[in-house]
Amino acid sequence: MAVTAITPDYEAKTGPRDTQASYHGNILVYVHWEEHLFFCAALAFPLPPGMPFGALVSEVIAPNYAAHPDAAKIDWSKVEWVIDGEKVTPDFNASLEANGIGHKSLIRFWTPGLNGKAGH
Amino acid sequence: MSATKKLGLRQRYEHMTRGLDWETTYQPMDKVFPYDEFEGIKIKDWSAWEDPFRLTMDSYWKFQAEKERKLYAVIDSFAQNNGQTQVSDARYVNVLKLFLTGVSPLEYAAHRGFAFTGRHLRGSGTRVACQMQSIDELRHIQTQIHTISHYNKFFDGMSEFPHQHDRVWYLSVPKSFFDDARTAGPFEFMIAVGFSFEYVLTNLLFVPFMSGAAYNGDMSTVTFGFSAQSDESRHMTLGIEVIKFLLEQHPDNLPIVQRWVDKWFWRGHRLLGIVAMMMDYMLPKPVMSWKEAWDIYFVEAGGALFKDLGRYGLKMPKFADVATAEAEHISHQNWCTFYQYCHAAPFHTWLPSAEHMDWLSEKYPNTFDKYYRPRFELWAEQAKEGKRFYNPSLVQLCQCCQIPMVYTEPGDPETICFRSTEFKGQKYHFCSDGCMEIFQHEPEKYVQAWLPVQQIFQGNCGGPTIPDVLNWYKINFGVDNLDYVGSPDEATWNAWHADKLKAAS
Repeated sequence: MAVTAITPDYEAKTGPRDTQASYHGNILVYVHWEEHLFFCAALAFPLPPGMPFGALVSEVIAPNYAAHPDAAKIDWSKVEWVIDGEKVTPDFNASLEANGIGHKSLIRFWTPGLNGKAGH
Repeated sequence: MSATKKLGLRQRYEHMTRGLDWETTYQPMDKVFPYDEFEGIKIKDWSAWEDPFRLTMDSYWKFQAEKERKLYAVIDSFAQNNGQTQVSDARYVNVLKLFLTGVSPLEYAAHRGFAFTGRHLRGSGTRVACQMQSIDELRHIQTQIHTISHYNKFFDGMSEFPHQHDRVWYLSVPKSFFDDARTAGPFEFMIAVGFSFEYVLTNLLFVPFMSGAAYNGDMSTVTFGFSAQSDESRHMTLGIEVIKFLLEQHPDNLPIVQRWVDKWFWRGHRLLGIVAMMMDYMLPKPVMSWKEAWDIYFVEAGGALFKDLGRYGLKMPKFADVATAEAEHISHQNWCTFYQYCHAAPFHTWLPSAEHMDWLSEKYPNTFDKYYRPRFELWAEQAKEGKRFYNPSLVQLCQCCQIPMVYTEPGDPETICFRSTEFKGQKYHFCSDGCMEIFQHEPEKYVQAWLPVQQIFQGNCGGPTIPDVLNWYKINFGVDNLDYVGSPDEATWNAWHADKLKAAS
């Protein structure tokens, strides 16, 4: 559906405010640790698309989730990943881009055996 | 001697509006009123508009002046008696901070919206009613600022509310709500604000704030509430009249109005989540739970209203059932969010006490102990070890309501509800089906959303670090923000009470 607008050329005069071009070479990536609502929502990071997936895990994901008591116990080789709705096995040495992660992709991960306690 | 016969109120009203809707001749009517047709609403007879109040301008001024006199007398006496020391606890003052930053600027936005609508609807009855409401809304923000200014002398976090309304992450939620309504056409604005907000949902906003104030010893806020309340009944009447008028005028209006009702009910429900958390977590002496208020004011009263409107073919808002199910969760999920992000907000949050958690267990037997109590207990353990949790990262926001995507799947309170869609090759994320459907109907509008997280990362909010952004927000770190425990507000409060104890001994 199109906007009900008084100006017929409304669409030509407007546009999105968060295309990749606005992020100075980065892409916006969302990450969510499932079954740990201690963190109220998925986290957002601006990242270079050439960053290796392994660096995303060790430099971005791990430190930002460190406050949870389960965080230190995560075995990253056993983590289950879903990127933009697809269950995947990421290549830790390949870039985010090569792993299919684009601007505003959502990465959800499950840590089997670490399900928080009830409610966290 | 000529006896001048006095006119009755109704006659005076007719006398006043007579001719306000004259047919223009120098310019065509459609050019004078360019905004009232493009939305597709068909009006056959503007004179069928009913204005049950028929308030003339002179009586309007008289009533309002009387209310102002009473209000300012109460504010003066509150100040003279140091009323700020008599509230239940200084935590309560954070309710006022939330109100001043999140709600008062909406009064101003409503003032502008009704001024515009009053100018652009061509019926004289609507024009008069909208212009009075516009002036009311201006009066509301003024009385709120005046009342709360007394607290501003003693507590932190209140002095920059207009600046913050345009910038701070959680305030983009109420701001974008009104921006959305005001950038729609005048009829959609009337359904959005006049009907959905003022009529269907207003009791869920004003009653909790005002009865919360009364329970917690804040008589000045109770008085501005009362002062506004008599205006609200006029506003509610305008809201209900407008929807009946549109539905009676032409059958083609029904699907348009139904979509607006669906949209603005959902948007209003999302916005009122801050009231939910205020009721359940921020009142030191709670009045009733959000769930109880929702059941009374929406399920019962709203249910009866939509039953009544059923004769026009109007149905309950889509997703009303989802909203009702969420009433078991929304306050807890919002407070958990503000608990971990209050380093970036100009008010304090805190952990509920053991006694307060028992109250929550009693009010939320299906959900609190199972899903939320353990989270608070873990945070309490961490706080005890000196590791009070503040989330160090920014979060994903919903493209439509702009709230962090904290809400869970319908029927599954342990899994975040993720929805996404593509438009012109770009991904967009949503917190719910309700928000995604609003986007999908008018994607060109919502792709323009000024999302605070995105704006920070794009470099538009003062700099890349949290201190840079707080500086740009004008939040004074360590004073306006962080936990209530350890705050200067807490120190002030404790000092007052130490003085009282000393005086008593």
